[in-house]
Amino acid sequence: MTAPHDELDEGIGRRRFFGYVLAAPTLVTAAGLVPAGPAASPSAAEPPARLPAQDLTELIDLNDLMTAAALPTSGLISVEVRPDGTVSFALPRAEVGQGITTSTAMLIAEELAVPLDRVRITLADARPELIFNQLTGGSNTTIATYTPIRVAAAIARQRLLETAAAELGSPVAGLTLKDGVISDRSGGSVGIGALADKAAVARTRQVSVELAPRQSFTVIGRPHNRIDALDAVTGRKKFTMDLDVPGAQPTMLCRPPTINGKVGSVANLAEVRAMPGVTDAVVVSTGVAVRAATFGQCIDAVRALRVTWKPGTAAGKSDESVLGELRAAELPLGLRPPTPVVEGAFTFYFRSNSALEPNCAIADVRPDRAEIWSALKSPIVAQQAVAVRLGLPPGKVTVHVTEGGGSFGRKLFFDAALEAAEVSQKIGKPVKLMWHRADDSRQGRTHPMATSRVRAAYLGGTVLSYKQRHTSVATDLGHGLGEIITALAARLPVGDIGFSQTFFHLSQSMPYEFGASSHLLSETDKDFNTGSMRNVYSPDVACARELITDQLAARMGKDPYRFRHDFLRDARSRAALAAVAEAGGWGRSMPAGTAQGIAFHSEYKSVSAALVEIDCRPETVNRPIRDGVAGPRVTKAVFAVDVGLAVNPRGLEAQMMGGIMDGIALALTSSLHLRDGYFLEASWDNYFYTRQWNTPPELRIIVLPSTSDEPGGAGELGVAASMAAVACAYGRATGTMPTSFPINHGTLSFTPKPTVPPVPPSPADGLDHAR
Amino acid sequence: MPEYTFRVNGEQVTVDVPGDVRLLWVLRDILGITGPKYGCGINVCKACTSHLNGKAVNPCAIPVEALQASDEVTTIEGLAATSGQELHPMQRAWLEHDVAQCGYCQPGQIMAAVALVRRAAAEGRAITDDDLDGLRNICRCGTYFRIREAVRAGAADM
Repeated sequence: MTAPHDELDEGIGRRRFFGYVLAAPTLVTAAGLVPAGPAASPSAAEPPARLPAQDLTELIDLNDLMTAAALPTSGLISVEVRPDGTVSFALPRAEVGQGITTSTAMLIAEELAVPLDRVRITLADARPELIFNQLTGGSNTTIATYTPIRVAAAIARQRLLETAAAELGSPVAGLTLKDGVISDRSGGSVGIGALADKAAVARTRQVSVELAPRQSFTVIGRPHNRIDALDAVTGRKKFTMDLDVPGAQPTMLCRPPTINGKVGSVANLAEVRAMPGVTDAVVVSTGVAVRAATFGQCIDAVRALRVTWKPGTAAGKSDESVLGELRAAELPLGLRPPTPVVEGAFTFYFRSNSALEPNCAIADVRPDRAEIWSALKSPIVAQQAVAVRLGLPPGKVTVHVTEGGGSFGRKLFFDAALEAAEVSQKIGKPVKLMWHRADDSRQGRTHPMATSRVRAAYLGGTVLSYKQRHTSVATDLGHGLGEIITALAARLPVGDIGFSQTFFHLSQSMPYEFGASSHLLSETDKDFNTGSMRNVYSPDVACARELITDQLAARMGKDPYRFRHDFLRDARSRAALAAVAEAGGWGRSMPAGTAQGIAFHSEYKSVSAALVEIDCRPETVNRPIRDGVAGPRVTKAVFAVDVGLAVNPRGLEAQMMGGIMDGIALALTSSLHLRDGYFLEASWDNYFYTRQWNTPPELRIIVLPSTSDEPGGAGELGVAASMAAVACAYGRATGTMPTSFPINHGTLSFTPKPTVPPVPPSPADGLDHAR
Repeated sequence: MPEYTFRVNGEQVTVDVPGDVRLLWVLRDILGITGPKYGCGINVCKACTSHLNGKAVNPCAIPVEALQASDEVTTIEGLAATSGQELHPMQRAWLEHDVAQCGYCQPGQIMAAVALVRRAAAEGRAITDDDLDGLRNICRCGTYFRIREAVRAGAADM
């Protein structure tokens, strides 16, 4: 399929885009899934000879790379106008809470002039013909789909107008399309539903179309509530575990006591098979699977299994031993320059990548085919991996992408789908497989532990150089994103350094005029289940950078805000920083033990700034919280964001709000403790993600006016500046720069649950807690 | 197998299941009522929060045999009916503030919020910051601030 291309119409000075009216019984229009503009022109990024470590993001950033990956391979995405007047679109991406079904509906509503509530967005099954273009990651969805979706919708509009012209006997120029109704000047009108069949074509044809100019937008850029909000608040929204697939009974695994341990032998399989409700118990590659009438009975069966385990991949490892490995793998900062320097060495412990919806999938495997249901951000890779596991051709594996209960990068992996397929094949029955929370905490994906060493050299009021050496437990990118980068790495000026290095260089920018700057990544130890947790390397890298930036400001006797403002590279960045400083009342006088912090981060073609106020006074830090941690309280957060063009400002605010909560958790409370080859945390009463008692009671998010005709990425953007601002505020409130994150990691605030059996018993005292 | 009878969302139900199976699984796996979500199974994440005779409970920690025939279980699916309206005021506040992101925790959040407002009202007082800090339901998307706004707005209409 040819990639759609656009051309400048010399006559009217506006770009025309090519797409298709597809042969179908109703009106179906399509475009190739490739965005337009400079992002789609990798040739524009042909670099002059320069050092690989020089700021690559100036040449081509990760989103450019993902966009370019689509060029030769893109399939079509299509918009269907139905006789009932609704418009349907199957989005080849995963909705996991980030709001892309809503923003996609807005794009279609804009170009097609239909009310938003008549646009139906579903998630496309795995479509192998899209190759790399069905991966949800890198905050790339809106960047990559903004133009193609609008093109498909605009072609539908054009075709409907042509059809209406014939129906109404009026020229197209005399017609208006509004709220799904086409009217002519003499009072005639017809709904788009009534035209859907007539506008259909018997033979696919290529057509060209103009897109609505930004100045005429009535939907894009205005705040809209989520299209699935009503379903969410009434309990009607269906997640994987809510689906009623015939015969797919609850299934869980008894998992090893250490990370990635293997089954040695099972002493009582027959006994467990005879337990109430249990239909099957069988050894699989990752543990012992049990299938039962209810998940409650699965939990009982998992707890009853007596399994001898072989050691896992991280046998004997602990926080201390991994820290030792990281230090040994750190790349040198080089010779210390003769000028004054500011240095810092920072440690970031493992963090859990679990969403609230646990890892889960439904599988129905038959001898000659398989069907999978799961929230998958890389469904094509999942389909291929499942096919290999089952020994089936990929074409015999159907993968349905369900809406996900959160992801934060977790759902790039498809561990549960693979397991469900394996179990279903082995027992010859459909299964609804779910991980227990303890499984997710202890065997799930993590943000890898890392260290960051920074050295900045300065003289007078000038920063001469900035070096950052980030060393991390290896991040597993083997879910498809890696393949994109690998496939394109040869085109980049970095040569053959592997995709995690490439990813690091593409995602890390230096926003300040800090002279010669270099960021290098060193990875070690592939024994852990890691992943690209929301914002990947950036929260840690930016946190270290912003803390050192505060130190530089202090050495030069400058205010942290003024210093950043003076050193930021462009007006757009300065505007974001100034917005939070003004709205947050930067520099106001605050009591001892409390302070403000300010930080900046740019990524995904977007810029962001955060200002927070923190209360580190003992009476706040030590306030009593049952089964949780209190710690310093972020009492106020102000966040400014410029994503170029904000499709849905309300959704954008929501993503920034979530990013702030993540940043607070990463800086203050949330980490995994590794001991003897396993993580101590087994549930939400051990792993301290931000809770209501950690939430800033005062929060303001400023969506800056659009500075571009193209949207930037947003889903992960909010985390880095937030974490950094909280860390900076903590340092200013306590008078000591924090160097280990989260700051409470040194205190174990819970009693670890046993590892055998691997899941805790279900309490039975729920009635005593009715309130 | 023993039978257990109780009421769910205004209807009497009888289930044939071992008595120690927790109510969450009876609702989800046997009755097909999937609004209450699993997030931990040990009564800490609160994603399954529902009402028992009007008070917030967590079905993951209630053996079905603990229920009486007259006990009224209300899940998110039955909340609106308790207000006699198409949507409960708290659900309307949730829509108004566009609280949900992924939505997984939201049924539990709303049920907890309604019970909180009822508690405060029974004590003759308005919702405080401390009340909001005391909501234990986890939202991994981090919608906490909008939850706080929506609870206050919903309380005003209840």
